[in-house]
Amino acid sequence: MNIEDEEKRHTIVVLVDNEAGVLARVIGLFSGRGYNIDSLTVAEVDPVRRLSRINIVTTGTELVIEQIKALLSKLVPVHRVQDLTIEGPHVERELALVKVNGDRERLIQALRIADFMHARLVDSTPGSLVFEVTGSSDELDAFISLVEPVEVSRAGVVAIGRGEMILDGTAQDDG
Amino acid sequence: MTAQQTIAQPPADTRSMTGAQVVLQALLDQGVEVIFGYPGGAVLPLYDALFQQKTIHHVLVRHEQAAVHAAEGYARSTGKVGVVLVTSGPGATNTVTGLTDALMDSVPVVCLTGQVPTHMIGNDAFQEADTVGITRPCTKHNYLVKKPEDLARIVHEAFHVASSGRPGPVVVDLPKNILMGEAPYAEKEAGRRRTYNPRREPDPARIEEAVRLLARAERPIFYVGGGVINSGPLACALLTELVRATGYPITLTLMGLGAFPAGDPQYLGMLGMHGTYEANMAMHDCDVMVCIGARFDDRVTGRLDGFSPGSRKIHVDIDPSSINKNVPVDIAIVGDAERSLEAMLEAWKRVAPTVDRARIAPWWDQIERWRAVDSLRFRQSGTAIKPQYAIKRLYELTRDREPFITTDVGQHQMWAAQHFRFEKPRRWLTSGGLGTMGYGFPAALGVQMAHPDALVINISGDASWVMNMQEMSTAMQHRLPVKVFLVNNGYMGMVRQWQDFFHGSRRAESYMDSMPDFVKLAEAFGAVGLRATTPAELDEVIERMLATDGLVLADIVVEEVENVYPMIPGGAAHNEIKLSPEDDGGHEPISEDGMVLV
Repeated sequence: MNIEDEEKRHTIVVLVDNEAGVLARVIGLFSGRGYNIDSLTVAEVDPVRRLSRINIVTTGTELVIEQIKALLSKLVPVHRVQDLTIEGPHVERELALVKVNGDRERLIQALRIADFMHARLVDSTPGSLVFEVTGSSDELDAFISLVEPVEVSRAGVVAIGRGEMILDGTAQDDG
Repeated sequence: MTAQQTIAQPPADTRSMTGAQVVLQALLDQGVEVIFGYPGGAVLPLYDALFQQKTIHHVLVRHEQAAVHAAEGYARSTGKVGVVLVTSGPGATNTVTGLTDALMDSVPVVCLTGQVPTHMIGNDAFQEADTVGITRPCTKHNYLVKKPEDLARIVHEAFHVASSGRPGPVVVDLPKNILMGEAPYAEKEAGRRRTYNPRREPDPARIEEAVRLLARAERPIFYVGGGVINSGPLACALLTELVRATGYPITLTLMGLGAFPAGDPQYLGMLGMHGTYEANMAMHDCDVMVCIGARFDDRVTGRLDGFSPGSRKIHVDIDPSSINKNVPVDIAIVGDAERSLEAMLEAWKRVAPTVDRARIAPWWDQIERWRAVDSLRFRQSGTAIKPQYAIKRLYELTRDREPFITTDVGQHQMWAAQHFRFEKPRRWLTSGGLGTMGYGFPAALGVQMAHPDALVINISGDASWVMNMQEMSTAMQHRLPVKVFLVNNGYMGMVRQWQDFFHGSRRAESYMDSMPDFVKLAEAFGAVGLRATTPAELDEVIERMLATDGLVLADIVVEEVENVYPMIPGGAAHNEIKLSPEDDGGHEPISEDGMVLV
């Protein structure tokens, strides 16, 4: 296989004006061209300037990833696009709520796993427990496979650059 | 909440305005002179405002799709933004084909659509459609105006977005209550947005690198598309100057015809699936390719792994997402064609002040040998008119009047592209990307609106033309003297050609049965109908068409089963070009990979 044809996972963050339809534009760009979205999170991060931050995890060849970033940058409400996988060191975290059902013995077992994997118990009933777990996607995968849950709700990846790398809406927009 | 409360600082000299008046004022401030549209319930307030002024001329079409094509014709022949006004629901959905066409071919269009009042949106109200949802993938950007205070800014912004960067269509969806209520006005400057800044200035280092590579080339070629025409007449003049300064050959895409004068000896003709032998062979064998304002479309490249395998590629484009999309390039220059060409020309004069003819002489010798093949040749023999001959005669009899040519889609389009030669930009309008049958006639109406005294000819085919023939009525009402040159072979010719080549000559549904008598049809609309059926009649019909004031439909009955050559079959490379039926080897089956291509 050609090195250019190799598919790679990328974490891309997009800073956008928080206006109606902006998420549909981003998603439509992926679905309309058959690109993958492995994970997607959106929330307003600057209420004064009404900026939202979208974190996208996607998989594709180098050409496809370049295309995705160019297309995202072209959208009118987009301030900045940053490919954290390429642009530098960053941290990624994900949150999941994980429900385990079963008898007393099974629940105690789950509590032990939760304890050494730093998951937090957030709800319990006589026959079930709900854990909150945060960490890298791999850490979440590991926890989930160990406790054998009946239901999982994952928030998707949020990511941020380390140190001096700051994604700010105003930096390049004034030009 | 009333609109009144939201006006923070009403301009001192502005009396209170309705939303409809605000839209109209914004259009006037944008310099709009013509609107193509069709009224309906949701846009009545805007039509009422239009009725009470004299500056903007409204052209009533007979179908909303035609309004968009007419606006495209207006825009592409002038460089200005084309404006469309339609009602909600079916009015809006009927524009979708036109909007997609404008998106694919980078045509600046602002389409104002009516919408049900904001409080009824989502209720499945009468003539409600999710217009922003439906048009999101077929516009450059779109808006639903929900607040009166956003109205003026959004209309101005729509014009800015449509016309800047890589141009494209923009939809503004206008709920009826926004049009009827009061709204504050905002000046043009309000339509600038901090997030949207398409890059125009090329990177000087890249320009230098590109020109140095170009100056060393032994087998160079310029491959130029419609982006240079979009950039403006100055960009075309700079291109011509640069190409002449280098002494290098140039080929143009379907969309780029006219960007460089066709009469110049350095011009190799159009490239691509039905391009000339010399253009395609030169693309295949070149060592340095300079692509400016084109996008390596599949109709241009043929099979990608066989596309110009030995060349270093330079790509200049205003749209970063067009670069490295289909073909990886060595030097990418993001910027406006005009600015980039200016910089390249300046660098060229410094780097290579004299043309080194000896370096490229063997290349030109090779090109002349390819050119001698005369790949566009045809023989007019027998009693039937050859379609190529019809178009060639039309060209020869009209070239002095520098006509505007619009086409529909199919064989006639390719023959027109091959045999009509354009010395100037913006004279050639065709649906390149989307391939929209029915584009040509309404586009011609838009051209004629912008250029009332010019000769505007719609070269069409029988199948394409009937797709928007209702616009005869529009042309008559607005006294638009468009000349329709109908290359009538009784088939969807290109479909029939592909069936003959690739599907065992099984001509499924490609024969146009029960077509109207086009002469009588023209007469029914009050236009003039003419017909030529033999080569001897052709010139006289063309002369009579040109001498007739007003709308003319010339039915040119041609040879039924002529094929377009040269042809690079789907899935083949440039050097696998077929020149004539004899060259076909009895239509050898093409590869399976090729068969799936359209």
